[in-house]
Amino acid sequence: MGQEILVSTRKGLFTLAKTRKKWAVSKGDFIGDNVTLTLHDRRDDTTYAALNHGHFGVKLHRKTNGGAWEELAAPAYPAKPEGLVDLDGWGKPVNWTTQMIWTLEPGSDGELWCGTMPGGLFRSRDRGGSWDMIHSLWDMPERNKWLGGGADIPGIHSICVDPRSPKTIRVAVSCGGVWTSHDGGETWACKAQGMRFDHTPADVADDPGTQDPHMMVQCQGSPDRLWVQHHCGIYISRDASESWQEVKNVPPSSFGFGVVVHPKEPDTAWFVPGIKDEKRIPVDGKLVVTRTRDGGKTFDVLSKGLPQEHAYDLVLRHALAIDETGDRLAFGSTTGGVWVSEDQGESWQNVTYSLPPVYAVRFA
Amino acid sequence: MAKVVFTTNLRRHVECPIVEAEGQTVREVLRVVFAKNDRLRNYVLDDQAALRKHMTILVDGSRLRDLVGLSDPVKPTSNIYVLQALSGG
Repeated sequence: MGQEILVSTRKGLFTLAKTRKKWAVSKGDFIGDNVTLTLHDRRDDTTYAALNHGHFGVKLHRKTNGGAWEELAAPAYPAKPEGLVDLDGWGKPVNWTTQMIWTLEPGSDGELWCGTMPGGLFRSRDRGGSWDMIHSLWDMPERNKWLGGGADIPGIHSICVDPRSPKTIRVAVSCGGVWTSHDGGETWACKAQGMRFDHTPADVADDPGTQDPHMMVQCQGSPDRLWVQHHCGIYISRDASESWQEVKNVPPSSFGFGVVVHPKEPDTAWFVPGIKDEKRIPVDGKLVVTRTRDGGKTFDVLSKGLPQEHAYDLVLRHALAIDETGDRLAFGSTTGGVWVSEDQGESWQNVTYSLPPVYAVRFA
Repeated sequence: MAKVVFTTNLRRHVECPIVEAEGQTVREVLRVVFAKNDRLRNYVLDDQAALRKHMTILVDGSRLRDLVGLSDPVKPTSNIYVLQALSGG
């Protein structure tokens, strides 16, 4: 069971540890700097931290347990061919520069995968020492339909490496749908059939290649099951992303960013809802977590230990996490609150209300 | 040789002492500097070797105009300051 939680914030990376049955902040790294994401890779007990300096660009750091942080070369885009007109779905020129490391995931053997803004996917075979762009995805003409959503530019925020075959990789793009490769990234197919926008004209509402899945997760023990928190609701796939069905009638709202699925129980998933896209705050000022145990037929609205008056916490897509047991969850909010549950969300312990805005939470 | 001074805010992240380097343009001068300090390059230039969005360069008091090609001329007596732009907040 993970005994540390890594909390990436606008002003540093904070580690939470449990002592005497109580979680507390145990240390801070990169204090003052914008830490957007971490990954603790259990295969070699190494932690990666992505930073985004406002002036100096995106950086990647690595620390082996007991060692010191060292800066690595961040994934970098290739030289843009001279004369190439490369526009995104909004018609704006694409800047071929890493502008955000938006997801880091372990792959097969020693591989690491990295999704970025403005939409490049990268793979490292040397623990982040160097990165290769997956040109097959970047060079697709369909990539020019990808749109920024929330952020100004598109990006890959979710990578699911299939536990049955590490050559099967699924990535989710805001806003560019879900893309699946069965050959280690050589070829890709769009697999967002069934997802739908509810605020765009009908003739583009169900275009799979421009959908906005905010976050996608895969059940490790039952990999045909995936969940997506979409811009316009919650979606479930029971056939390994071949098709998606909307989960309806979710109390108090189906709008949100993060989703986690139980590692062994595919029908059990958690969300942290907000009102809707133009009101990204909890419904009625009450911070709640929603949980389904039956594949989305019904939901529990969990609030024990969470603020129920004048709470305006928003939980971003990487800021809700579950550990490998499926019992312990943690999340952090844009107003600097962090909560941990040891009982699948039934009750929550507040760790702090005073961190900087939280971007990502991961178990180490 | 032109003198190149980097913002002190960069020193927290990467070594960047004041250096002197030859070149006819800002690009040429910085190429010499970065050849000896590769990490520093990525703090100043983006993946396409253009000046990062929220950085600025002053050459003898004038702001760099060619933000992509860095072709602004440099004299042997020039002072070049590499700074963070206020646009970055």
